[in-house]
Amino acid sequence: MKCRGRVWKFGQNIDTDVIIPARYLNVSDPDELARHCMEDENVRFVKDVKKGDIIVAETNFGCGSSREHAPIAIKAKGICCVIAKSFARIFYRNAFNMGLAIMESGKAVDGIQDGHEIEVDLEKGEIKNITTGGSYKANPIPSFMRKIIDDGGLIKHIAKGRS
Amino acid sequence: MEMTITQKILADHAGLKEVHPGQLINARVDIALGNDITAPIAIEQFKKTGAKSVFDKEKVVMIPDHFTPNKDIKSAEQCKILREFSMDQELTHYYEVGQAGIEHALLPEKGIVLPGDLVIGADSHTCTYGALGAFSTGVGSTDLAAAMSTGELWLKVPETIKLIYKGHLRPWVSGKDLILYTIGRIGVDGALYKAMEFTGEVIDQLPMSGRFTMANMAIEAGAKNGVFIPDSATEEYIRAKAKRGYRFYKSDAQAQYSEILEFDVSKIEPQVAFPHLPSNTRGISEVGEVSIDQAVIGSCTNGRLDDLRDAARVLRGHKISANIRLIIIPATPYIYRQAMKEGLFDIFLDAGGVVSPPTCGPCLGGFMGVLAKGERSISTTNRNFVGRMGHAESEVYLSNPAIAAASAILGRIGSPEELT
Repeated sequence: MKCRGRVWKFGQNIDTDVIIPARYLNVSDPDELARHCMEDENVRFVKDVKKGDIIVAETNFGCGSSREHAPIAIKAKGICCVIAKSFARIFYRNAFNMGLAIMESGKAVDGIQDGHEIEVDLEKGEIKNITTGGSYKANPIPSFMRKIIDDGGLIKHIAKGRS
Repeated sequence: MEMTITQKILADHAGLKEVHPGQLINARVDIALGNDITAPIAIEQFKKTGAKSVFDKEKVVMIPDHFTPNKDIKSAEQCKILREFSMDQELTHYYEVGQAGIEHALLPEKGIVLPGDLVIGADSHTCTYGALGAFSTGVGSTDLAAAMSTGELWLKVPETIKLIYKGHLRPWVSGKDLILYTIGRIGVDGALYKAMEFTGEVIDQLPMSGRFTMANMAIEAGAKNGVFIPDSATEEYIRAKAKRGYRFYKSDAQAQYSEILEFDVSKIEPQVAFPHLPSNTRGISEVGEVSIDQAVIGSCTNGRLDDLRDAARVLRGHKISANIRLIIIPATPYIYRQAMKEGLFDIFLDAGGVVSPPTCGPCLGGFMGVLAKGERSISTTNRNFVGRMGHAESEVYLSNPAIAAASAILGRIGSPEELT
């Protein structure tokens, strides 16, 4: 699977209250959550994200709450994948479980800025910065988690095991 | 192989003799927990697994606490989903408003979580139960659905950071200050993916309420879990509450730790975490002049009886500053009633505060004390990210209950020592 799009660059410790404020946790509809994704952090993001765009962030992305609404909102917004230097652990699990592609690469984050156009090959873990010409390799996803992705997420993985 | 308490609990629940950090295991779950904002998604996902009923009616716990009593129509619908599922599945541990409390205070109080348990919960502060010597960690709704369906969950065995607290606690310094100080030192990802094992002579003397507070905030350092080695204080706490077997584990003397950190608590004063990170801490003497609009005393972090007693000790005979709102939230119906019996409500109301039914409410900017643009709250809660308690341009300062109470009286962040 490949992604190609505009980069939205964020700093460190982007927490779940910023990804989706708790005042919207009385709903679970993905499209409604998507409308409020990052609204306290970046109003341009709210208005201008196009399907296929990519989030790039510093360390500890997704810290804070266990709310799955966070990766749901990001995915429903049309973001193809999130590249960060590191992820908070609950967000990391949640993203895999519901099929939001994430990758870890310190060098890629340093070499990519807001507004750049990049291309990502999720199978190979390769990131290409179209704007600057740079290319990077991401940390490989543990094979166990690859199995979950291949099965289409944790629930499908379990349903498969049951049948 | 020498193992930490975390490794031992995980190994036993995976049916293995031993486990090492980094190993992936499939673990048997003792308790799987959800609440009104995380359960609706979990229930939907659960149905997709093909399971018709949960793996064990005694072990799936559903607590409506975040936006209850129903905050608005949408929240009412979410609570309805939770309620109907729980009734349909005949869950032993579903509690309606009136019996329900903040989940991480309610579950230990009712003996639902016990030493040696493996607990997963769709709430990041599920790490609280590590205070009992359990392995307990927060997960998302889909992971909860998986556990509800199969009674198991895949987990990666974490490394452990050992934290040793020595010395003597200064006046007004409690578990909240120790954990805030620790997070201030190591950062909000200082324990990323790791277990935090809290030990030392100070910990041995710390009451259960302080241990729950510390374990509760392990997640704020990025930890997978926080854990205390169970002892006589634990035994005394759970003896009358436990209705099933439990097990005391402890770390082996030669267990391996990724880091060992020592703290001399004699040097630690009450802490305040400034906006907008729990790690942005300062000692109370370094706070300066910070006026406040609101003080909140409650939450899964500091809503227990000891916390309310600390607040009452400070508030007795005082009135809060004009134009300040003081909101006090006992965490469970038992705590609420007991506080009332002890005369604490008279102290709170005479001071000018209000007492809310048990709810998470303002902690996550839900209701029962939301902030307007430019407003500031001191709060005994656990997070102060941007927009946490309301408007994106409001501010949350974290502290222990005594500091929050003193601040309400002074109209600015301050200490009980400043009161006449």
